[in-house]
Amino acid sequence: PRSPSLGDTSVLAGLYGPAEVKGSKELPDRAALEVLLRPKVGLPGVVERSREQLLRQTCEAVVLGVLHPRTAITLVLQVLSDAGSLLSCCLNAACMGLLDAGLPLSSLFCGVTCALDPNGAIILDPTTRQEQEARAVLTFAIDSTERKVLTATTKGSCSVEEMQQCLAAAQRAADTIFQFYRDSVRRRYSKS
Amino acid sequence: GGAYWVDSQQKRYVPVKGDHVIGIVTAKAGDVFKLDVGGSEQASLSYLAFEGATKRNRPNVQVGDLIYGQFLVANKDMEPEMVCIDSSGRSSGMGIIGQDGFLFKVSLGLIRKLLAPKCEIIQELSQLYPFELVLGMNGRIWVKAKTVQQTLIIVNILEACEYMTAEQRKQALAKLSGN
Repeated sequence: PRSPSLGDTSVLAGLYGPAEVKGSKELPDRAALEVLLRPKVGLPGVVERSREQLLRQTCEAVVLGVLHPRTAITLVLQVLSDAGSLLSCCLNAACMGLLDAGLPLSSLFCGVTCALDPNGAIILDPTTRQEQEARAVLTFAIDSTERKVLTATTKGSCSVEEMQQCLAAAQRAADTIFQFYRDSVRRRYSKS
Repeated sequence: GGAYWVDSQQKRYVPVKGDHVIGIVTAKAGDVFKLDVGGSEQASLSYLAFEGATKRNRPNVQVGDLIYGQFLVANKDMEPEMVCIDSSGRSSGMGIIGQDGFLFKVSLGLIRKLLAPKCEIIQELSQLYPFELVLGMNGRIWVKAKTVQQTLIIVNILEACEYMTAEQRKQALAKLSGN
């Protein structure tokens, strides 16, 4: 399991697969990917369900499912603490989980959250307070090969130009995260 | 041109044709045994795929037995099939693994390291106690030494080899042979 933290936001990811799949969920030509997001407190609700779908679609875009037909790949994310930017922390945890398990991927991805404060300034990796006071909160999943957008989700309203600026800032920030992935993997495999 | 071999570290096994693996018998269905090999599907093994097996002379395989065999068929579209004979019909070390001993799981990368020619770990361990060892490419290792204690010591060393450097391993073994 992998456990990245953005400041005080922390998510634990566990990845299982390619494993046996129960009858109805089996897909004949590719792997069936399932994401389970468990909040820190309480039972998973509608918010978790919609985030699960978002994470699943992002992962399906990079996992080479056709190499493992009729199997199930399950990703379980447990929220350990939430101090803001939870969705991008989940995205990063998901990607590191996929990396750690050695599943075939076409690229890596990372999550970056941008908040637009009432003045129009862009804040990257906002805290919970900054998210609540912001006019709009945007989360992007950026791929590692060409820094293209895999997923974009917005809460609140912003203009098209502001969204483009946030995207550009997120793409720049993605470099730092990908470097962190490289350093983590290097540290893990540098023993013996 | 050049060819690249990319070695990646995983714990989950995906069946590959020709790989030698340790399977656990989970069911006997008529003429075929079903084996758990650690992949996404169970592998099938025909009772005739043993050395000297005929319709009258069936191998004595029970549910829960350990089998060392190789994959005849293993691709993403079909159920994997195992055999315990090579292409000339000889068993060459494959078949039912005997009673006693201890089966445990390690990562695939460690198995590949242990199977490399002139693996230091195996040589150093054999200086310690005599033991029998079967390595499955699916991450499973079976060990049997003279006593239960010796078996467990070897198991613990092999599991720890994942994270120890060569130096730390030599120190651990030196401490054990000093006893």
